[in-house]
Formats: sequence, C-alpha cells, structure tokens
Amino acid sequence: MTAQTTAVVSPAAPSVLPAVRRGGLAAVLGLTGTLLVLLVMASLPYVVDNGVTTQLVKLCYLIALASMWNLLAGYAGMVSMGQQAFIGLGAYTLFVVNDHGINVYAGTLVVSAVVALIAWPVSYIAFRLRGGYFAVGTWVIAEVVRLIVVRFDSLGAASGRNITTITAEPVLRQAYTYWLALAVMAAALLGTYLALRSRLGLDLQAIRDDETAAGSLGVNVTRGKRIIYIAAAGGCAAAGAVICVNSLGVASPSQIFGVQYTALMIFMVVIGGIGTVEGPVIGALVYFLLDKYFAQSGVWYLVVIGAAAIAVSLYLPRGLWGTLAHRTGFAIFPVTHKVLQTTRRDEA
Amino acid sequence: MTWLNAIAQGMLLGGIFAMAAAGLSLVFGVMRVANLAHGDLMILGGYVASVAAVSLHIPVALTVLVSMAAVGGLGYLIQRTLLDRAMGLSEFAPLMVTFGISVIIPNVLVQLFSNDTKPLGIGSLGTASIRVGSDLAIGWFPLITVVAAVAVLAGLHVFLYRTQSGRIVRATADDRAVVRLMGVDNRKVYALTSVIAFATVALAGTLYTMRQGGVTPYEGQLTVLFAFEVVIIGGLGSLWGTLAGGMVLGIAQSVGAQISPDLPLLAGHLVFLAILVFRPQGLFGRSVLA
Repeated sequence: MTAQTTAVVSPAAPSVLPAVRRGGLAAVLGLTGTLLVLLVMASLPYVVDNGVTTQLVKLCYLIALASMWNLLAGYAGMVSMGQQAFIGLGAYTLFVVNDHGINVYAGTLVVSAVVALIAWPVSYIAFRLRGGYFAVGTWVIAEVVRLIVVRFDSLGAASGRNITTITAEPVLRQAYTYWLALAVMAAALLGTYLALRSRLGLDLQAIRDDETAAGSLGVNVTRGKRIIYIAAAGGCAAAGAVICVNSLGVASPSQIFGVQYTALMIFMVVIGGIGTVEGPVIGALVYFLLDKYFAQSGVWYLVVIGAAAIAVSLYLPRGLWGTLAHRTGFAIFPVTHKVLQTTRRDEA
Repeated sequence: MTWLNAIAQGMLLGGIFAMAAAGLSLVFGVMRVANLAHGDLMILGGYVASVAAVSLHIPVALTVLVSMAAVGGLGYLIQRTLLDRAMGLSEFAPLMVTFGISVIIPNVLVQLFSNDTKPLGIGSLGTASIRVGSDLAIGWFPLITVVAAVAVLAGLHVFLYRTQSGRIVRATADDRAVVRLMGVDNRKVYALTSVIAFATVALAGTLYTMRQGGVTPYEGQLTVLFAFEVVIIGGLGSLWGTLAGGMVLGIAQSVGAQISPDLPLLAGHLVFLAILVFRPQGLFGRSVLA
C-alpha cells in the first residue's frame, strides 16, 4: 500500500521545498547606501554652489531616461525609438498645466499622469508592430505628435516657447529645479526596483527571457508590456518636464522631440548593461562624463558614441555593470531569486 | 485637375520610396534584421554620387553606378564584420549595430562636408516634362525614377524566383539550419543579400538626391521613416506590395501638400498609422519571402 502511494508522487517533485532567497544582506546594504546617497544629494544645494547642481540636474534626468528605456527594452523586449514623443509631450503638457495656474514643480506630477493617460491608447497602435518595426513605428508616432504640437500657436508653434510663471529668484529656482530632477530620478529608480520585485516584475523578467514561453506559462504578456509602455511614457514625460524647467522652456519643438534623446537612452542602457537596474545608472554616468569632457571635440565624439554602442553590443553584450554582476553575482538592487539548496527526496 | 496632378506627382514620388523600401524588405525577409541605418545609407549613396560628380568629374549618369558599387561594398563589409556576429548573439544585437551605424554615418558626413547641402545637379533633365493636359505635366526625371523602381523590383523578383542563387536566398530565409545541412554557407548568402540591398538603397538615395537637387547629412532620419512606412503599408515581404506602398505614401504626401504646404509629412504618417490600425498586415499581406 505504502509503496503504491509513493509511486504516485512525481519522481522529480522534491519533498522538501527549496530554500529561495532574494537579495539578503546586499539588498539591505544597497538600499541603505542608495538612500544615503540620495540624502547627501538632496542636501547639496545647501553645501555647494549652483554650478555643481546645474550639472547634476542633467545627470538626474539622464538616469531617469535611461531607466525608462531599460524598462522598455531590457524587461519588456520593446526597442522603442520614439520615447522623444513623451519627453516632448511632457515639456508641452507642462506649459498647459502651468498656464492653468499650477506651479511647475507640482505640475510635473500632473504632467506625468496626463502623458501616461495619453500613452494608453497610443500603445494600441504601437503594439501592432514588433521588433525593429516597433522601433520605427514608435518613431513615426513621435513625429506625428511633434507635427501636431507645432500646429498650436498657443504652444509657440514651430518656434518653442517659455514657461510663464516660475520662481523668479535664481538661486532658489536652481535649488527647486535640482530637487525636482532628483525626485524624478529617485522615483524612476526606486519605482523600477519595486516594480521588478513585484509579481509584475517576475512576469516581465519571464517576458524578457522568452516571450512565447512566458505566455504559455500563463503570463499575460500584452498586459505586462502595456503597463511598462505606459509607465515609461509617464517617466519620460517627467524627465521632459525637468528638461523644460531646467531651460525655462523649449528652444524648439524639433529639439525636444528629437530622436537624439532616444539615441542617448539606447547608448546609456547598452553601455551600462541592459536588463539590470544598476546598468542605466552606470551608463548615464559614463555618458555624463564623456559629454562633460569631450562634447567640445565636435561631432567626432558622436561618431565614437555610435561606434561604442556597436562594440559593446558585439563584444560586451551584457554591458559594463551586467558583465560585472554576471561574474560576481553582486547586485545593489537584487531583483532575482536565488535557490540556496534543494534536498532531493532520495537524499532526505 | 490640380488633384489629379497631385496624385500623379505622388505616384512619381512613390517610385523612389518603393526602391528605398525594397532593400529594407529584402534584408528583413532574409536575415530578420530591421536596418535602422537604412535612411542614412540612402543619404550616404547621395553623398558618394555627389562627390563623384563634383570632385571626380564623373558624368552624372555614371555616378549612380559609383554610388551603388561603393555602398554595396560597404554592405559586404558591414555584413561580414558586424552583422554576422550580431545575428549570432540575439535579436537585439543586430538592431544595435544598425542603430550605431545610423549614428555614425550622418555625423561623419557633417564632419567631412559640413551641414550645407551637397549638390547633385542633373541639368535640364530636372525640369523637362511631358504635357499631358492643361494642368497636368509629367516630369521626365520622376518618370525615369518610377521606371527604374519597377525595373529594380522586377529584377529582384526574377532573381529571387528564377535563378538558382535566388532559390538559395529564399531557402536561407526559410530555414538557415537546413540550408547549411545542404552544404550552403548561409553567411555567403547573407553577404550577397546585403550587397544587393545596399546597392539598391544607394540607387534610391542617388535618385532621391538628384530629384531634390542635393542632400543634407541628417535627411536619413526622414527617409528611414518613409522606407519603413512603405514596407509596412505594402505588407512585409511582398515586393509588389512595396511598389504599391510607395505609391500610397507618395500620393498621401503630395495630396497633403496640395491641401496645405506644411501637411505632407503629417498626411503621410497619418495614412501609415491608419493602415497600421485598420489593416496591420499591409495592403498585400502575403508573405512572399518568408
């Protein structure tokens, strides 16, 4: 009798559940360290002069943008060339929100929500396409958004416009702008981290590894991708609002709706390590330093950036951080589960 | 009559779009690579022709061949050195390689030739036309481009369906592993496909440059969109669909321009998006290549 009961149990099924752990000490240290860094960064306007924070505003929105593109391409398999649609919409929605009497800092939150809402129906058009065609499809959508926005004279038509009401005192304005940028960056990073640790994150990592297999295991692939598409639109819009506040307006629609923003995002993510939370931060730092020291060497520097993107995707496909993490198993933001030990039935 | 004229001009414009899209369609059909650098390669073709005509004093008609040879050769190099490796890595890697190329090409062109228009004049041929009615005139040069587009597409069709090499290319598109078992080096097939596709796009780029009278470095960001739109409107992998797609996009743009001078781009994009929503398989949604 007992022998028959045992035979029913699948031979592969372990009688002892494997111990699964995520993060552990690294997660605690990583998160504490990140919070410390954010705190130190938040106190900078009291310590250093405006020149430093001006530069850091750029770093902050670069990190936010890179994180958003990483969510799209690294986790949901959507290579978008059209995120500039949402960056531009973010900037232009900020004009509208600001014209209605909301200050630009709180307005950024409204902008993010409004643009996410716009992205929802747009996703139904974009999701008709896949792979490289998705990339160009989103690019066309961005062009359409730009061509429609420039038809509004109240938005400055083809010549850009300025923000109507903003903090007049320059030092205070610079500090506010910096804190806004910092908040957007922190929200993008921590939002990504928390989302990836949730059930959705598990779905997304399955989609990233194999879309068909994930679908056949019951993951709602389209829903997961749509959530990410909408979230990334909201994130890019917030970054767009920061760019707009930082330069007190938009110099020209073709600049804020320029494909070069997406090109930057791709570069940062590929260099840093696609499909890792930390990678985009590293990539953004690399780009930030390259830009700081080599931007004056003209267009050759863009050529080098293009060549670096090719070289890294061919010879270091995991990127800088991804390669390091893969070799050492180290993670500041651990989102993967680790099986510590499994005890097989016959051993127990 | 002005509308008829707009439609006729649109069809003539569509010839160039169709030619540009044919190379894109071929590369995607055979290698599953969506070439993001396609528009920039077109522009590069225009630059090569312009340099050949202005600096090397090669007759304008022959610059087409120079440009096709140069860009076709570049296609061979890119395929053998970069894309072969990328295709073995992931779906993502080839996209990144073509993205990198699309960043490099326009910036190298700016560095070498500045932002100014690089001219490529075709003399009186540019303005010569046949009068069909009181309001309708068909330009000789646009007519030549349409004939060239049809010839290119027909040539590709004959190559793919009537020759042994074409059969091998189609077989490789279907299943590269089986083709390898039959003793064919699929990388050679890919190299051949790239050379054909890049030479085609150089031809399209040169004719585009001649039509515009010149070319600027960043125009590839515009033409790459046109090429992809044409492929999707016509239906992935259908060569004649590509011709139809070119015509549809050309007509949309020129009718848009007839309504208002600032509308052609928006009209073209909107027609594309409408087709994407209502007929996502394209006008001729039969897969011919794979």
